[in-house]
Formats: sequence, C-alpha cells, structure tokens
Amino acid sequence: MNVILIAVISLGAIALVSAAILYVASKKFAVYEDPRIAQVGAVLPQANCGGCGYPGCSGFADACVKAGSLEGKFCPVGGQPVMTKVAEILGLDAAATEPMVAVVRCNGTCANRPRTNSYDGAKSCAIAASLYGGETGCSFGCLGCGDCVSACQFDAIHMNPETGLPEVDEAKCTACGACAKACPKNIIEIRPQGKKSRRVYVQCVNKDKGGVARKACAAACIGCGKCVKVCPFEAITLENNLAYIDPNKCKSCRKCEEACPQNAIVALNFPPRKPKVEETEAATIVGAQTATPAKTEAPEVKA
Amino acid sequence: MLKTFSIGGVHPHENKLSAHQPIIKAEIPFKAVILLGQHIGAPAKPIVAKGDVVKVGTKIAEPGGFVSAAIHSSVSGKVAKIDTIIDASGYPKPAIFIDVEGDEWEESIDRTETLVKECNLTSEEIVKKIAEAGIVGLGGACFPTQVKLCPPPAFKAECVIINAVECEPYLTADHQLMLEHAEEIMVGVSILMKAVKVNKAFIGIENNKPDAIQLMTKVASGYAGIEIVPLKVQYPQGGEKQLIDAIIGRQVASGALPISTGAVVQNVGTAFAVYQAVQKNKPLFERVITVTGKSLAKPSNFLARIGTPMKQLIDACGGLPEDTGKIIGGGPMMGKALVNTDVPTAKGSSGILIMNNKEAKRGEIQPCIRCAKCVGACPMGLEPYLLSALSEHAEFERMEKERIMDCIECGSCQFTCPANRPLLDYCRLGKGKVGAMIRARQAKK
Repeated sequence: MNVILIAVISLGAIALVSAAILYVASKKFAVYEDPRIAQVGAVLPQANCGGCGYPGCSGFADACVKAGSLEGKFCPVGGQPVMTKVAEILGLDAAATEPMVAVVRCNGTCANRPRTNSYDGAKSCAIAASLYGGETGCSFGCLGCGDCVSACQFDAIHMNPETGLPEVDEAKCTACGACAKACPKNIIEIRPQGKKSRRVYVQCVNKDKGGVARKACAAACIGCGKCVKVCPFEAITLENNLAYIDPNKCKSCRKCEEACPQNAIVALNFPPRKPKVEETEAATIVGAQTATPAKTEAPEVKA
Repeated sequence: MLKTFSIGGVHPHENKLSAHQPIIKAEIPFKAVILLGQHIGAPAKPIVAKGDVVKVGTKIAEPGGFVSAAIHSSVSGKVAKIDTIIDASGYPKPAIFIDVEGDEWEESIDRTETLVKECNLTSEEIVKKIAEAGIVGLGGACFPTQVKLCPPPAFKAECVIINAVECEPYLTADHQLMLEHAEEIMVGVSILMKAVKVNKAFIGIENNKPDAIQLMTKVASGYAGIEIVPLKVQYPQGGEKQLIDAIIGRQVASGALPISTGAVVQNVGTAFAVYQAVQKNKPLFERVITVTGKSLAKPSNFLARIGTPMKQLIDACGGLPEDTGKIIGGGPMMGKALVNTDVPTAKGSSGILIMNNKEAKRGEIQPCIRCAKCVGACPMGLEPYLLSALSEHAEFERMEKERIMDCIECGSCQFTCPANRPLLDYCRLGKGKVGAMIRARQAKK
C-alpha cells in the first residue's frame, strides 16, 4: 500500500513539474505570429503549387502580410476572387491583374516535322535535351516526352498522341508556370489570356536560318519579317531568325497572321474570318455591273 | 596480384574485335568538316575565311580563351564556308568546311619516319610547342594539354602517369598505337616528364594486352624513370582518379583536382601526339580511330584525318550492316549515339561502334528494387540509386550534398542495374543542373 502511494505521489509530482516546465517554456519561447497570416492562409486555395512564386500557400500568406502591399502578388489558382478576399482581410487594395494562360509555341506536329531518328532513352524531355537535339531536324522544337504534363498539378495540359505536341486546357490552366519551367526548350510561355480568350502568338521558337528551319518543319518561323512590317502597332520584333509578338502591344488585329507565309502565327479563339477571296470576286463583278447604271441613274434622280 | 582501383567497377565483355588489326591510313575525304569545338573550354575562333587556301597543318583557328586549343587543317584545299553541322553532341555546332584539293603539307612538318630521341628544349618551350600544335587529351575528354601541363602554383607535379589502359570494350586504337609506335610513345613520355619537371613516369596498361605490356616494358628499359604497370581488367580502370589510385595508391579528395595528388595524367595517344608535335613539328590533325561492331564486315583501326565524315570510315569497313540498331561515337560505356553518319570525326573521336539491333535494345524500365548493385559498382563511392531519384524529383541542393559533382559519368551504375533504370541519364542531368547552380553562386560572390 505504501509503495503504491509513494509511486503515485512521485509520478504525480514528476508530471506536475514537467507540466510547469512546459508551461513556462511555451510562454517564454513563444513565437509571435501575426494572426492575420493564418486568416489569409485560410482563404487561399491550399494547392501549394508555387504559382505565386512563394513556397506554398502559407509562404504566400506570410509574404502578403509582411509586405504591407499586394503589389506584384497574385494567386493564379484563386484568381481575382481570392485576391479580393485577401485584400479585405488586410485592409489593402487588391491589384488588378490580367488573367494569364500557358501557351505552347510549337507546331511541329508529326505531319509538319518529319522524324530523322528514333529516341529510345528515358522518357523525359530534360534527359532527351541533355543528350541531343531531338528526333527531327529542328533542335529547338518540342521533344514530346511530356515533362510539362508531369509538372502540371491541375490536369490542364495533355499530350495529343496524333500531333505529338502538348495541348493546354484553358478552363483548367491557372498559369502557375510549372509547365513553362519544366520545358527544357522554353517552348511554353505564360501569356495574357486576352479579351474573350483571344490571343495572337508565334507558334515557333526555332532560331535557325530560314532555309534550315523550313527544311526541318513545314510550320517553322523562317524569320522573313513580313509580320514585323505589316504590324500597325510595332508589336513584333525579329531576333535570331525568330519573330516574337509582344502581348502588351498586340491589339489582336490579326494582320500578321494573314501575312505569315508559313502559317506560323496563330490567332486563337477568334470568330472565322469572312472569306476574302469571294468578296473580291463579287466586288469586281458587282462593280462592273453597277458602274454603268449608276451613271445613268444619277441624272434621273437629279431631275 | 595486379594493381587496381579500390572501390567499385564492373567488367563488361571486352569484345576487342579489332585487336591486332594494323592501323590503315584512311582515305582523305572530299570535303573536310572541322569543328571549332573539339575540346573542353571555349570553342576556337576561326582565322580563315571563305576562299582561303590551306595546307595540311595550317592553323585555321586559334584558342578562344585560356582553357581552349588551336585547330589546324587536316587537309589541303579551299575553305568553302563556315557553317554549322550536327556533331557528336547531337546539336548543330560551328565548323569550317574545306573542299579538299590534293594532299599538300606545310613545309615545316618533318614527314620522315626516323625516330628523334633528343629534345633540348626547356620545359616552358615544350609547353609552348604543345599549345601551338593544338594538342588536347586524346582519351576522350579533350582537355587542352598545355593547361594540364601548367598546374596551378599551389600544386607540384611529382610524376607522370600515362593512361594506356583502354578499358572501354571494343576500342583498340591505343593498343595498336603501342604495338606500332612504342618508341615514339616513349620519347613523348620523356618529353612530358621534362615539361612538368619530374623524373618518374608510370604507364598503366590493362592485362588484356599482354603483347603491348611486353613490348612497352622492353622499350622502356632504354629510357630513364619510366615504369610499365600492368593493371587488372576492370572498368573504369582508365578513369583518371581510378588510375591514380591504382598506380600510386593516392585518392583524389572529393571536389579536388587530380594534380593535388602530384600526378599528371595523360593518355598514351596524347603522348604520341606530343612526340610528333615537339620532334616533328606536326600539329594535331589526325588520330587513330577504331571502327568496330559485331555485324561489321571488317572491324579496323584507322589513322583518320579530323573532319572525315564517319560514313566514309564505316564504308571502308564494309558499309553499314543491315541490322544496325545504333551508331555509337566512342565506346559502349561512355559513348553517345549519333543521329546520322555525316557527323565528322574530331580530336576526341576514339571509335565508332556499330551496335546491331539486339545489342542496342534497351530493357523495359522497372521500379528500383533496392538491391544496391549500383552502390557496389560506383567507382567513386557514390549512391546512384539515391542521386538518380533526387534528380527525378529536382532536389538539386541535396544532390550537391550527396557529392554528385564527384560523378565521373562512367555508366557502371546503369550498366549493372537489373531493373534497367536510367541511372546515369538522371545523374548526368542533375550534375549539369548542380554545376550551373554552383557557377551561379560563385558568380554572385
């Protein structure tokens, strides 16, 4: 009986002493965290994708609170609704940003870009790029092993087995940039989605001279510069035999798309153009017919 | 007990099909394509232009930096253009294209066969002559020799080690060179000893070349301070760090240069090129290449001019066999598959291996079975299964901690893996990324 009592009392005393030490430690060594960080963290999507440029959602919450302004901070997954909520919590102004989307700048499909050899190494674009210039004559183009697909956390990019190229699902893409980072050829670019999702861009990153590029791929940019000349907004620059459309200057007039002899410029999500050829033919016929009647009609009206 | 390196290694089938095939002088090509990047370091800068007439041995490009090398024409003719061509790296690289006319050599080159044993130049003069001749390491890495022969002031050379191991299966270029030019090689070795001011040299030869060991031992007896060391047949016996360990028993510390052990290592082909440059005023523009393969009609050893399209050498062996699976530039362990046969030979081209379909077939990649065979095989004491997994998950900081920069990319891990995992490919990828990370960090300082 005594032994049990002594055991109970001594263990109880140890427990109390430990509890006291822990209590003192928790108060003395407590780290003050701004409660707003947890509040901001709660409204974020918890995808921890890194698309904001910070380490995970908690990192982003931390940065928002500590920076004192939301300038340059945007959660691509949550988008404007989430940023508005964050702004409310912190009493700041939400910066208005344009929605962005990933764009695949290669049209070297199996049909356009013939294979000259076959790769049987590890199925990774990064490894293939480290070994050689790829299965075709274009050493800049898509290698087709799908590193971008593996990198995407939102199921927004998939390889099309017929074309051998990745395709972006606009609805799911959050423009987090993971695919662009994963691509060893820098083919994927994060560009503004555009009004009504309409955007114009050069679907090629080949920097070889025109003749070499053309030989390797039927849809390559040959660096002829016709697009540069025809653009009314000076939005296109030509460097290293490759044209690039600045999304901030482009007004989506599509003149460059018409001018490109290689069909390397793509205008996405636009309504179909009115067929130009029929128009001009009709105009010449109508013009020929109405020209003479107009002359005779006018004097009648005057009179 | 034969000397060998202390850890790891594998023993692939030797397949020395072209052994004892006498060196044939390859035909001069109609068009020579001389790459500007035939060495480690900055590519050379061309000093000729379209239309210039060149002779064999004319300097056509000068070093592009401190770690760089000069390039000399291997043919006589007219420069057609300076353009790009896909080389052994698989990417288009700049090269000088020459339309060949005749075979006229620079008058300064001594074309006689007589052995010139005496060398009365100072070590500085020797190094200068080696630099002017565009000599680079012919073991495959192509490190500019004049840079290696001038160790940083903190290090002192104690001996020269000649790498005559040729541990890659199939390749027999160095073996044949020793059988046919043992005396010249020996003079080259003594010149190298003089250049780094040492009086001791070791020549390491794998034990599967007994005739070469015998001949070289006999010839070495006529030269001061040169010892022939037979080595166990194990891959990668010819790795620089492994060779230093095997011959003088010293380990190169992680991250350190081999010269920190006091050894200056040179390939036996480089020693021969040094003899020709210093004693015969002949710059480096041709080398011995093994063209081999199980289905090839006549596996051979050629003395080929740099800039020769590989197609020409393959045709000289009977042409590309029907069942060709891959064409490898180099040996089967560290060589690289070529995209076409127009790739021109360069200073580092030691062999062309035609693999038939059966040999080239890669097994299906399966999950790691944690057998640790790769750990046992790694000659640098690394953990390839771990490094490869880290590389797949892009954990580059951890890779640096796990000593990925010590990897010599020998391929022993991938060779031995029973699950056919692409260990070397991922390790090499990670090594590249970590190297870039380290350079960026040093640039910031």
